[in-house]
Amino acid sequence: MATKKYPVIWLQGAGCTGCSVSVLNAVSPKIQNLLLDEVVPGHQLNLMFHATIMAGQGEPVIKVLKDTEKDRKGGYILVVEGAIPTAESGAYGSIGEKDGKHLTILKSVEELGSNALLTLAIGTCATFGGIPAAKPNPTGCKGVKEVFTENGISTAVVNLPGCPLHPDWFIGTISVLLFSGAQALDLDNLARPRLFYDQLIHENCPRRADFDKGKFAQELGDAGCLYQLGCKGHYTNADCPIRQWNNGVSWCVKAGSPCLGCVEPEFPDGTSPMYEKIAFEELTWSQK
Amino acid sequence: MVTKIKIDPITRIEGHLAIEAVIDDGVVKEAKSAGTLFRGFEIILQGRDPRDANRLTQRICGVCPTVHATASALCLDNAFGLGDKISDNGKLIRCLILGSNFLQSHILHFYHLAALDYVDAVGVVGNTAPFVPRYEGDYRVTGEANAELVKHYVKALDIRRKCQEMLAIFGGKMPHSVGIVPGGVTEKPTEDKITNFLWRLNEIKDFIENVYIPDVIAVAKSYDDYFSIGKGCGRLLAYGGFDLPTSRLFKAGVVSPDLKPETFAKENITEDVKHSWYADSASGKNPAQGQTKPDLKKKEAYSFLKSPRYKGQVCELGPLARMVSNYVQGDAITKELVDSVLGEFSAGVDALYSVLGRHAARAVEAKLVANAMVDWLLALKPDEPAITESKIPERGEGAGLAEAPRGAVGHWITIKDKKIDRYQVITPTAWNASPKDDKEQPGAVEQAIIGTKVKDKDNPFELVRIVRAFDPCLACSVHLLDAKGSELGVFRIV
Repeated sequence: MATKKYPVIWLQGAGCTGCSVSVLNAVSPKIQNLLLDEVVPGHQLNLMFHATIMAGQGEPVIKVLKDTEKDRKGGYILVVEGAIPTAESGAYGSIGEKDGKHLTILKSVEELGSNALLTLAIGTCATFGGIPAAKPNPTGCKGVKEVFTENGISTAVVNLPGCPLHPDWFIGTISVLLFSGAQALDLDNLARPRLFYDQLIHENCPRRADFDKGKFAQELGDAGCLYQLGCKGHYTNADCPIRQWNNGVSWCVKAGSPCLGCVEPEFPDGTSPMYEKIAFEELTWSQK
Repeated sequence: MVTKIKIDPITRIEGHLAIEAVIDDGVVKEAKSAGTLFRGFEIILQGRDPRDANRLTQRICGVCPTVHATASALCLDNAFGLGDKISDNGKLIRCLILGSNFLQSHILHFYHLAALDYVDAVGVVGNTAPFVPRYEGDYRVTGEANAELVKHYVKALDIRRKCQEMLAIFGGKMPHSVGIVPGGVTEKPTEDKITNFLWRLNEIKDFIENVYIPDVIAVAKSYDDYFSIGKGCGRLLAYGGFDLPTSRLFKAGVVSPDLKPETFAKENITEDVKHSWYADSASGKNPAQGQTKPDLKKKEAYSFLKSPRYKGQVCELGPLARMVSNYVQGDAITKELVDSVLGEFSAGVDALYSVLGRHAARAVEAKLVANAMVDWLLALKPDEPAITESKIPERGEGAGLAEAPRGAVGHWITIKDKKIDRYQVITPTAWNASPKDDKEQPGAVEQAIIGTKVKDKDNPFELVRIVRAFDPCLACSVHLLDAKGSELGVFRIV
């Protein structure tokens, strides 16, 4: 059976490359399998453009973007990492030069997004704006879905938030797409796959028993539930306590740190101050 | 014949960078290095809880977030009056977390960011993305030696991942770890974690000694002309870093072009903005008084980076600066490691001021840090405290200086009414990839490019090899510009 190859264009907007680095930390499959092998039998990704990994630079790689958009119209997966600066017509961020002009992140996301099979917005910046969009949002940063809606782009967007996202959330979503197709992805009202974002941190937290008994840590480094120290696990939807991070070594609460709520649309403004308790009554409607 | 070459984007670095160069008769006469993304972290931090800076500033960079955790924690320790109250465990674990990030970053840089300029991956895996398109015509390692290097590219992916897993033992997760906080670290050391860390470190150390360093030497032997390409500005700067209970691994210092060490004082740092998209009122200020006001309309501006200077002079930061600074200040361990690698080429310390010298300095530094980490790990006192209680003052000021894999990092804070009134960050790439300053002195990368002979303007290997040797942390474009301005001959975007 011939291998079916899916071209992937990975754009980096207003972000930190942390989501790329997180995907490099994938374990099964590893990043080398993602790049070179069939991820599931008969299906393979073909990473056409990724600024941190690809060999080329300058004009030839900008041409790859143009060619893929034209030749594989409706057949490539667009991955967006980082928010999209929209102020001043996108002048605060460009990914290269095209026809003698800055190719802004905004323009490239609009153009490539319009003709993609599907868009994966990865990390909280690309999904909801994240830190670059935090008050006072000096560069007018927005998430992919918002930019698509404003510009009438109908390409489907799957949101995989997290600061960064867990590599399993990316690979797991790709697995659903390759095995069963996009229609098989069960998304919540924020377009997040329920497979990974359906349970509260609080429900599966190993310190949950401390919460139930009223045993609260008063200072960082103390045993007990971290609620009084600002833990946002009671309204944060992710499977970190079960999955854990970095090949199952640890995760935030296990390391003695309150959950920052980094997968939520309100991160960071609605989850700050990070070390102060935020009661359920103080949450905004969308958080409840 | 004058040609302008522009490389935008420069890839295989962190972030958004463009380079422009003007070539006259095959030699670079002028160069511009331009940061092409502005996020406004310093503006976003205003008015927030000072402790949140420790979490938020890590998100400046997903490759080296740990140094921002370190610098912000030191900055807040200073502002909270905790500078002399950090426990030995707290200091050691901070260094182990940061050290793990150093090893990850250095290995990633050589194999996954830089090596594709020297190693023929296509010859092994075939003509496939993301290994094409690429520059053609100067891949000098062939046959089995090349196949071995490609195999190590893949092996290094595993090793760098394991560095992140090692970091997570005390850091919780990576990228954007949670362990380093004002007052110390969130977790006490325990015997099981120490042993677990030690055996991960042993495997990584083995790779650095028996694969990474020999590979750098093997590449250098095939490309030895690159010991005399990309010399740079010649003045080096290290803030010093890895604050241990009674010493520091990296010594602070300024090294003059004739290898004389000078004492470093942070008050001598200023930032110019004449050629940056920021309001001119911010020019020439020390970061403790610094401002970040974007101005996209400035005619003379070409970068979102400011131009940090030390006593008004251009400096290079990074492994080269740290290793030479330690060397000329008489650090015996550094001297032995540096001399052992330079001995392979019968070269002196001056050979380090080059494309290959920067790679060699980085590899030597990886070994120095990995070896030191064993000592730090075994100095931990299981189950003794690792954190000191902290309180946010009504008002205060602080500075935190540290060393990132790619050079020195500084954080500065002013607190008013228990909130952040001002926060300024200077990253190493701001120094290295800075645009011209108010006195029209080109930045360190620009100086390293100027004077370079470009053999093939369609495949300007020399330029990208120079830029990547600095390990820039932003996407930078190299623009090759016209020396005679209006007499521009051919304009190429490469």
